Amino acid sequence: MASIQLHNVIKTYGSGKHALQVIHGINATIADHEFIVIVGPSGCGKSTLLRMVAGLEEISGGEISIGGRVVNDLEPSERDIAMVFQNYALYPHMSVFDNMAYGLKIKKVPLAEIKARVDKAAGILELGHLLDRKPRALSGGQRQRVAMGRAIVRQPQVFLFDEPLSNLDAKLRVQTRLEIQKLHRELSITSLFVTHDQVEAMTLAQRMIVMNAGRVEQFGTPEEVYNRPATTFVASFMGSPPMNLLKHLPNADFGGPAGAILGIRPEHLQISGTGWAMQVEAIEMLGAERLVYGRLGVEALIVRMDESQPSPLLGATIHAAPRTDRLHWFDSASGQRL
Amino acid sequence: MVDRSRWLTILSHTVMLLGVLMVAFPLYLALIASTHTAEAIVQVPMPLLPGSNMWETYKAALFGGGKLGSNTSVAHMMWVSFVTAIVITVGKILISLLSAFAIVYFRFPFKMFFFWAIFVTLMLPVEVRILPTYKVVADLGMINTYAGLTLPLIASATATFLFRQFFLTVPDELVEAARMDGAGPMRFFKDILLPLSKTSIAALFVIQFIYGWNQYLWPLLMTTSEDMYPVVIGIKRMLAGGEAANDWNIVMATAILAMLPPALVVILMQKWFVKGLVDTEK
Repeated sequence: MASIQLHNVIKTYGSGKHALQVIHGINATIADHEFIVIVGPSGCGKSTLLRMVAGLEEISGGEISIGGRVVNDLEPSERDIAMVFQNYALYPHMSVFDNMAYGLKIKKVPLAEIKARVDKAAGILELGHLLDRKPRALSGGQRQRVAMGRAIVRQPQVFLFDEPLSNLDAKLRVQTRLEIQKLHRELSITSLFVTHDQVEAMTLAQRMIVMNAGRVEQFGTPEEVYNRPATTFVASFMGSPPMNLLKHLPNADFGGPAGAILGIRPEHLQISGTGWAMQVEAIEMLGAERLVYGRLGVEALIVRMDESQPSPLLGATIHAAPRTDRLHWFDSASGQRL
Repeated sequence: MVDRSRWLTILSHTVMLLGVLMVAFPLYLALIASTHTAEAIVQVPMPLLPGSNMWETYKAALFGGGKLGSNTSVAHMMWVSFVTAIVITVGKILISLLSAFAIVYFRFPFKMFFFWAIFVTLMLPVEVRILPTYKVVADLGMINTYAGLTLPLIASATATFLFRQFFLTVPDELVEAARMDGAGPMRFFKDILLPLSKTSIAALFVIQFIYGWNQYLWPLLMTTSEDMYPVVIGIKRMLAGGEAANDWNIVMATAILAMLPPALVVILMQKWFVKGLVDTEK
């Protein structure tokens, strides 16, 4: 059973007067075989959390269990996990084969078994022809695949990914994303994937943990997180362009509580004759769609238009009507969903 | 942009040639002198072309039989020098590797104190600490032994710092990946850190070997019997000085022989340097 349990996990740096708590009591249960993405802005503590699960950071408070065992005091190599690093962390002086075999060699796995596992992983990742090369003779994408191969041969209970796609160029990122999905379908190993990119989160996650400043803002499926964000942070973080959050409503008869923040996604605003009057300030042409940035009184508003309507002129006043079934209401003090 | 005027090229080449001549000429003379008999050398003008006495001179030098000054064969002295230099070099590299490893990768009580203590010894070359060192070595009965020749010179702050600087450039993720693979500290040291340090080790090997080979003051102080003289001391002792005539040809032959091993070490290690520089890894 490779489930992961986070029970009131706390991380504090320093001690006494200078103690800085960066992770404030995180609780989460991850089931066996799940692909979980931890997403959040830089500095929110997601890598720290991952490293605590890996054993590379000490756990200041609470408990982490993997497969039913509490692992707080276990060394990384004893936790039956494998990690893929952002900078690949391949041993530069060893061949691809030796890189993948190193962990098994230390565990004194017989050579025949090592070869079998490495060959199998190389087959899955299409690295068979590269086994004798050194990392410096590989491209970035190939190096990342070797790093994944190194994790696969350990046959762990859990895979940990620490922003593995951040060092790849845009096209390679999309390709590797698909490969990671394929890998998960084939091997079905519980995975924790950390990223700051919400597109990666949406496409890879079965469920995602959205983190901000050391706290979990929402833990749900991509569907839930996108369509029913629990806080204004989640609402504005997920989705590109971000959700419009309006504090000074131009028209209060949408049925929301007084003083609440209204959230509406750019794609749920329709340019028509009626609706909110906004002044167009900028237009971004994305190919299949247009993003219109404008001003609604003192508030900024973004509207997504598809190609069925002509582009408005800069400086013109247009009317944007919101879809009334897609309104989100948030408490203006706490940011929580109402 | 380099000015490509011909005049400048000629000038710079002339300057370089003159420099090479100034350095190489004395070596050339020494080589020539070692191929003549003693009488032929002291004639005026000194011969500038090789003579026919080469084998006899070198044989006499290597296997002893010089009439004055040192009686010991140069071959034996070269062996003493070689053993000293190798022991010092290997010892220094090993000790510095381990100290740098401890300083960079571990936390332990008084770490900063030890770090600064090592740093302070940079200000204490052999000459400064020579009297106390002599007393300690004498009291331990290590005069005239290989141990006495090598042990006081075997710790090196420069090498420790060189390795420390290098270890600091090794990315932290390599350490973490090794931890995840289950490698303990010494395993990490042997399997990952050492192979990556090969160029630094090669560089230090050359420097320390030449340092060990050229040691003069310390062996002079603490060796009293001729069979523990390194070759640099042997050269000096051959020059009887005063009225007696020196066997200049043998002296020159000894000098040439004394220069050979360090030159060989540099030439052989150069391959490793260049290889390491060319194979820049990431």
